[in-house]
Amino acid sequence: MADTDLQARAHELKFRDPNQAASLARAIERVVAQIDDRPVCLMHVCGSHEQAIARFGLRAILPRAVDVIMGPGCPVCITDMPEVDEAVALAERGAHVATYGDMLRVPGTRKSLADAQADGARVHVVYSIDQAVALARTTSDDVVFFATGFETTAVATAAVVLAGLPPNFSILSAHKFVPPAMEIVAALPDTRIRGFIAAGHAAIITGWKLFEPLAERYRLPIVVAGFEPLDILAAVLRLLELVRDGDARVENLYPRCVTADGNQNAQDQLWRVFEPAGGQWRGIAHVPSGNLALRSEFAHLDARVRFGLRDMPAPRSEDREAVARECICGEIMIGRASPTDCTLFGDACLPEAPVGACMVSSEGTCRIWYQYGGRPDLAPTGTAS
Amino acid sequence: MSTPRRPPLPRIDERITMKYGAGGRAMRALIEGLFAQGFPATPGPDDVTLSALDDGAAVRVGDRWLVVTTDSHVVKPWVFPGGDIARLAVCGTVNDLAVMGATDPVGLTCAVVIEEGFARTDLEALHASLRAACEEAGTTVLTGDTKVMGRGELDGIVFNTCGIGWASRPVTDRGLRPGDVLMVSGTIGDHGMAIMAVRHKLALEGDLRSDVAPVNGLVRRALEAGGTAISAMKDPTRGGVAAVLHEMAQKSGVGVLIRESSLPVRPAVRAAAELVGLDPLVVANEGKVVLGVRPEAADAVLAALRAHPLGRDATTIGTATDDRIGSVVMDTGFGRRLVAEPEGELLPRIC
Amino acid sequence: MCLGVPGRIVDINGLVATVDFWGVKRQVRLELVDSPVAVGDYVLNHVGFAIRRIPEEDIEGTLALYEELLQESDQDLMAADVRGEMDSARERDHGGH
Repeated sequence: MADTDLQARAHELKFRDPNQAASLARAIERVVAQIDDRPVCLMHVCGSHEQAIARFGLRAILPRAVDVIMGPGCPVCITDMPEVDEAVALAERGAHVATYGDMLRVPGTRKSLADAQADGARVHVVYSIDQAVALARTTSDDVVFFATGFETTAVATAAVVLAGLPPNFSILSAHKFVPPAMEIVAALPDTRIRGFIAAGHAAIITGWKLFEPLAERYRLPIVVAGFEPLDILAAVLRLLELVRDGDARVENLYPRCVTADGNQNAQDQLWRVFEPAGGQWRGIAHVPSGNLALRSEFAHLDARVRFGLRDMPAPRSEDREAVARECICGEIMIGRASPTDCTLFGDACLPEAPVGACMVSSEGTCRIWYQYGGRPDLAPTGTAS
Repeated sequence: MSTPRRPPLPRIDERITMKYGAGGRAMRALIEGLFAQGFPATPGPDDVTLSALDDGAAVRVGDRWLVVTTDSHVVKPWVFPGGDIARLAVCGTVNDLAVMGATDPVGLTCAVVIEEGFARTDLEALHASLRAACEEAGTTVLTGDTKVMGRGELDGIVFNTCGIGWASRPVTDRGLRPGDVLMVSGTIGDHGMAIMAVRHKLALEGDLRSDVAPVNGLVRRALEAGGTAISAMKDPTRGGVAAVLHEMAQKSGVGVLIRESSLPVRPAVRAAAELVGLDPLVVANEGKVVLGVRPEAADAVLAALRAHPLGRDATTIGTATDDRIGSVVMDTGFGRRLVAEPEGELLPRIC
Repeated sequence: MCLGVPGRIVDINGLVATVDFWGVKRQVRLELVDSPVAVGDYVLNHVGFAIRRIPEEDIEGTLALYEELLQESDQDLMAADVRGEMDSARERDHGGH
């Protein structure tokens, strides 16, 4: 009975068998006991990994000697204030601004898009960029798509650009690129990170080979992981084995989706439309090649060009509320601090009144810690409560 | 294990935004911090009034309680798969009365505010729906009010209903004791996912339908079976079952532990929620009840729910505990996690 | 950054597929997929686009991968007494299947 159930679940691609999860957790415990320097800190750079870990309560079954930290993998969290300000400015100037739900409440210097909406601006939440294009076909007003997300999402923007857009449509690109996220952390002199769990869906696009130089340069193992509970636990197990053996290689634990060279078709479209650009990642640093900007041949679609946003004055730091300066999201995103280290966490900074983006985004570390109780001190299943 | 710090309710922003109507923490802050302030309670010591912030109020008259509740309905779109704003108006109020213990309403008031330009035929359809819902609930409209506002001054139509009924004893949302069994009368997340799919044009093909229905008959059966063993009841509307469990836990001074595997969710709702990154626990319902029942009566109450057409999928989902007071903990099958108290408007997410 | 959700193609019309997510269906665009797709194929959907055709043999392969990992991890251990403990644990785990 259980076998056919397992097959059914597998064919729904839900790898969630609790018994296997428990076996993997025990195996993890055994391997980590063989590593001298504990706790072993591993980093993932994907908000959806953090969501999955929190949602399934996986940290509650990992041994305390394993510390899985979330790095700068939340594209919403690293979208800098000036970028949000640009979107807000366009909305206030009367354009329709369409964006993914995650971005609506991210604080800008003065306000978020939600605030602008409350003040009467036409801000639309969409599930797919398709819907923004459809909107543009129903009106003669300007429609701007505030494009956020890593390469997994940027490819959709690229595909839509190449398919042809109505003249009143433009794109404000705040897309980001994943590999620099890992590089920043790996390059830190006092990094505690012993290995990376690479974002599985971004890797569908890029392939896993591009992580090899990173693994070699910093002598850190990297395992590509999927998003089901078993995917994540299996990846942690394998990564710990590589750490134990001092083996700084890249391994793919998500072979059903990720290949060595990735999705060439998607990559072609991505790089035809976008090019890497330097940019400020909120609270972290200037990241060379961390952003994706529209190529010059698509300048006619670039909202920054069309609306002369380049001439917008940069916000002065005095403009930010004093309290916002106490925000340590940048430190949290690179694994140097935890939400509980922040004086604002759970007090002045809450999901309903976020200061930093880590609290805004559903995949921000602070938001998830707040919602799910951080590193849960909760007894594992089966233990008497 | 330390008790988690209960975060203070947020301060109210300068401007009221959508989150203040979303049934979560912001709304509670607005109500507790502003609206509920300064109204003296009624003299009766057994009365359930504003300070209780329950689904309704109950004032003792002789040997029974007069229960009264009010609701405004602003749903958009005002017609949706499974129902419309008029049906919602009747059921919302009937259900609030029911979970306070008044399962046979004396009647409802119904006030409408209509935007100039609203089609008469649409109004006629809503009226028909209003009548049908009343008939289903075994109640009627006693009195009402009608207003029209200029085009653009109101979005379509707004309904306000007030319900009155008698209860032999008021059932609150604060009576849980450790050991009490928590049950839900049926599948969760139906209404909210149906509305979201339409509102955000998710373009999903599937059976996403509001569960809007009057549950007073269902609750009556449960009360007949369980009597005073039913320690708490609430109908989970905005904020979902998660919001209700949090309120019950906090007001009762208990912890709540639920099992994810026992939550009844229809496949269409589960799939739609997964696509947009939402947890069915925080999604609205309009035809369900969450009950806390003393363990000795749990089987009888569950059987009574299941015997009713609206309670076929009734399930036990967890228990009240004396651990982590005020928090809701979920056993995911892999480990445990805290269930977040929902806040703000639900939006589809992509990350 | 990756709310990729898997589903199964039930219909294709040009560059648009109707995908069954085991509860709801939605149209998904095919411009970005990495290999040609057919009805019955599994795809991973992200914001309305299929970004990967998931080969069916890889689904079984994933289950096998987890098994292999567990077995290799078992073989890593030196102490026989720990191995014995493991065997009985595995029997307990798999006994219910």
